[in-house]
Amino acid sequence: METALPELESQEYFINMGPQHPSTHGVLRLVLSLDGETIRKVEPHLGYIHRSIEKMCEHDSYLQIVHLTDRMDYLSCHINNEAVALCVERGLELEVSDRIKVIRTIISELTRLSSHQLWWGVMGMDLGAITSFLYGFRDREMITDIFEETCGARLTMNYNIPGGLMFDIHPNFQKRTKDFITYFKKKLPEYDTLLSNNVIFKQRTQGIGILSKEDAISFGVTGPTGRASGFSCDIRKHEPYSGYSNIKVNEILHTDGDCFARYKCRIDEMWESMRIIEELIDNIPEGEYKMPTKAVIKLPKGEYYQKVETARGEFGVYIISEGQKSPYRLKFRSPGFSNLSALDHMARGCKIADLVAIMSTLDLVIPDIDR
Amino acid sequence: MSNDALKEFILTIVPEAECVEGTQFLLASIPAESLRQLALELKNSPTTAFDFLFCLTGVDYAEHLEVVYHLKSTSHHHQLVVKAKTNGRENPVVDTVCDLWRTAEFHEREIFDLFGIHFTNHPDLRRLLLTDDWVGYPLRKDYDDPINMIAY
Amino acid sequence: MKWLYDFSYLTQSIHESLSERFEAPTVVIIEMVLVGICFMILFAILGLVLVYAERKVSAFFQQRLGPMRVGKWGTAQTLADVIKLLLKEPLMNKGADKFLFNLAPYIIMIAAFMAIAALPFAKGLQALDFDIGILYVTAISSLGVIGILLAGWSSDNKYSLIGAMRSGAQIISYELSVGLSLLTIVILTGSLQLSTIVESQANGWWIFKGHIPAWIAFLIFMIASTAETNRGPFDLAEAESELTAGFHTEYSGLKFAFFFLAEFANMFIIAGIGATVFFGGWMPFHIGNWEAFNAIMDFIPPLFWFFGKVSFIIFLMMWFRWTFPRLRIDQLLTLEWKYLLPVNLMNIVLMAFLVLMGWHF
Repeated sequence: METALPELESQEYFINMGPQHPSTHGVLRLVLSLDGETIRKVEPHLGYIHRSIEKMCEHDSYLQIVHLTDRMDYLSCHINNEAVALCVERGLELEVSDRIKVIRTIISELTRLSSHQLWWGVMGMDLGAITSFLYGFRDREMITDIFEETCGARLTMNYNIPGGLMFDIHPNFQKRTKDFITYFKKKLPEYDTLLSNNVIFKQRTQGIGILSKEDAISFGVTGPTGRASGFSCDIRKHEPYSGYSNIKVNEILHTDGDCFARYKCRIDEMWESMRIIEELIDNIPEGEYKMPTKAVIKLPKGEYYQKVETARGEFGVYIISEGQKSPYRLKFRSPGFSNLSALDHMARGCKIADLVAIMSTLDLVIPDIDR
Repeated sequence: MSNDALKEFILTIVPEAECVEGTQFLLASIPAESLRQLALELKNSPTTAFDFLFCLTGVDYAEHLEVVYHLKSTSHHHQLVVKAKTNGRENPVVDTVCDLWRTAEFHEREIFDLFGIHFTNHPDLRRLLLTDDWVGYPLRKDYDDPINMIAY
Repeated sequence: MKWLYDFSYLTQSIHESLSERFEAPTVVIIEMVLVGICFMILFAILGLVLVYAERKVSAFFQQRLGPMRVGKWGTAQTLADVIKLLLKEPLMNKGADKFLFNLAPYIIMIAAFMAIAALPFAKGLQALDFDIGILYVTAISSLGVIGILLAGWSSDNKYSLIGAMRSGAQIISYELSVGLSLLTIVILTGSLQLSTIVESQANGWWIFKGHIPAWIAFLIFMIASTAETNRGPFDLAEAESELTAGFHTEYSGLKFAFFFLAEFANMFIIAGIGATVFFGGWMPFHIGNWEAFNAIMDFIPPLFWFFGKVSFIIFLMMWFRWTFPRLRIDQLLTLEWKYLLPVNLMNIVLMAFLVLMGWHF
């Protein structure tokens, strides 16, 4: 007698990726629905380092708020500081001197470089090439040294304040920055040799986690991640602030929208950042490094929005002021938050290893997402 | 599209809208009920084509809550702020826009989490940043947490 | 000094002196115990040396110094780590299958011990010398996967399970390539016995005598054996950035040390087989009939030749690991089934043709 074999049933199962996991780069928890190794659904669970910075800001003065922004996207802390400073300056209708603008821009670009260097190292590590991590950090060390000399801090710099800068630049600043640029111009091609031109690396990233331009816009994916999909979203070009208004910023656009395009986009951005720094470093105008402001800053009643381009994308500060010393409501539009929302869309149907690659190219910084 | 044209465009769809020229953007305050209709027009009309929702947040004004939509068009490069006023603060309800701008899905969850504003038709409206058993909505002005919050 | 070049004198004399005092079965048992102790000591030393080497090699690839604080140039670092691992608390998940969980590391170690027995370290220094040596080694070295599967299954952790399943798929696939690439050389030697294979390379190693097919075989052997030892870029079973630590996520202390040691032991074994088959094992570097040159080469003891060649192959494997990113599981299987295996089969045909025509040296 013939009996039909029972059909094999496959079952979806769930995996908790995080909150402690080597490739979530912080305490992000992803609940994955898996079918074998194939991802059916990714559900991010946030809030492990939610400190309610927005609520804290409602009680803090504008000078204090600047320091809280360091603790969000710690890799582009200077640019975050700048966003708040610019937003407050916009409210005060305070025009800062050219010197401040140029120094802010140079340090912003250095911050972007150091953030991308760290990202490059971590990207390699996520894909199993641990060596790149050390290379990335080796070069990043030079930038953090420059920062240390400039303002005393290596990571959370607090160099920007509303009305200018904390201190003037160190006498060595220009020389060391130029030295670094000469050094890094030799080292950046090494990055390509180690990862970009590697066959395995290309296989792991090309055609993986494709995000179309329409989806990128709809998900609000900005920064190098959005530009890799062809979404022209560089704030430095479209709504220039600080020193960017006087120089030409070449926006790096790629159209593939896959992991490799996002990777290339960041590598190209490093070149562009170096070009911007080179253009500005010799022409730092003389002038005030800090404009006179009142000890207690009170913004006039109204609402102010300032966008800046951090290493991860568009960072927005939205201040609603009632004329008090602290804002009535303050919202940080963090790039990581919107970028993360596209993760599920990108990762469906991929393997676990692809998810790691996708997350890596999104360049998530968890405090930035949780705030 | 200039701010004046935008203003007219909004007024034809939502006659009761209040449009103010802010320092940067045109601010349009509308009642929450007409948000969905306006959002559909703003997104789909080729003259406006607001396809990029770059910021979405809530604000607590003592008598009502507001949801603030910062919109930008990537083709026309004009920007607009739409503020949807809810009816009172007891049971604030706003229609979801996450089918128009998918980034709204996370942002609306965040607003629900921190302000307690319900978004109708949102596919997955749960707390996002706080734990599921959290009581209260921290970003509301009347929220009080004597243990964790330092009162000034 | 004669024993340094031919260990059969030493082993023979030990055997004779034992036979004088004991009955034949007792002699066998004593000899087995002695060999076992020797291998245990060898494993311990290998573990220490290879872990230190890996650290230093990786450090130099990454432009840093590596361990420097414990002992001169950090030489005692591994020893300190061993002590740390011994003192660590053995932990186990509540839902873990206790018996299998404890069994898994031993299976891996046993497989490593069994495989190393067949390696010819020097002339006359080989614990097991069958006529099916290569078959035996390839068979045993893939036994370790059972330990990995058990570890992953019994840990009660989905990451471990995924790691174990990956490892299963990987080792079963790459076994083929390891076997077939060795078979290519076996066609040349006409024997599966490891000692015969070594002897057959007295006038030149197979990698030089076997023309291009031998090179291809060696290339495939290097790729496949790296995969079989679960080392980067094929370390999918561990895949730190994906599966935290893969199959040994839940292991700690001594049991983790076993997995750790087994990885290095397997690397040594695979390198040993590679050195034996492709580079003549302990056979010194000889060129045809250059008598004087060969005599000079013969002066270097075979043990040095063997360990030198093994170190070279191990260095190659470390080089891979610290340079390449990791493959994805489907790419890994594609590489094996769509590229390595067909190339390998073609290569065997090519080699058979070569041997048939007598074109090899």
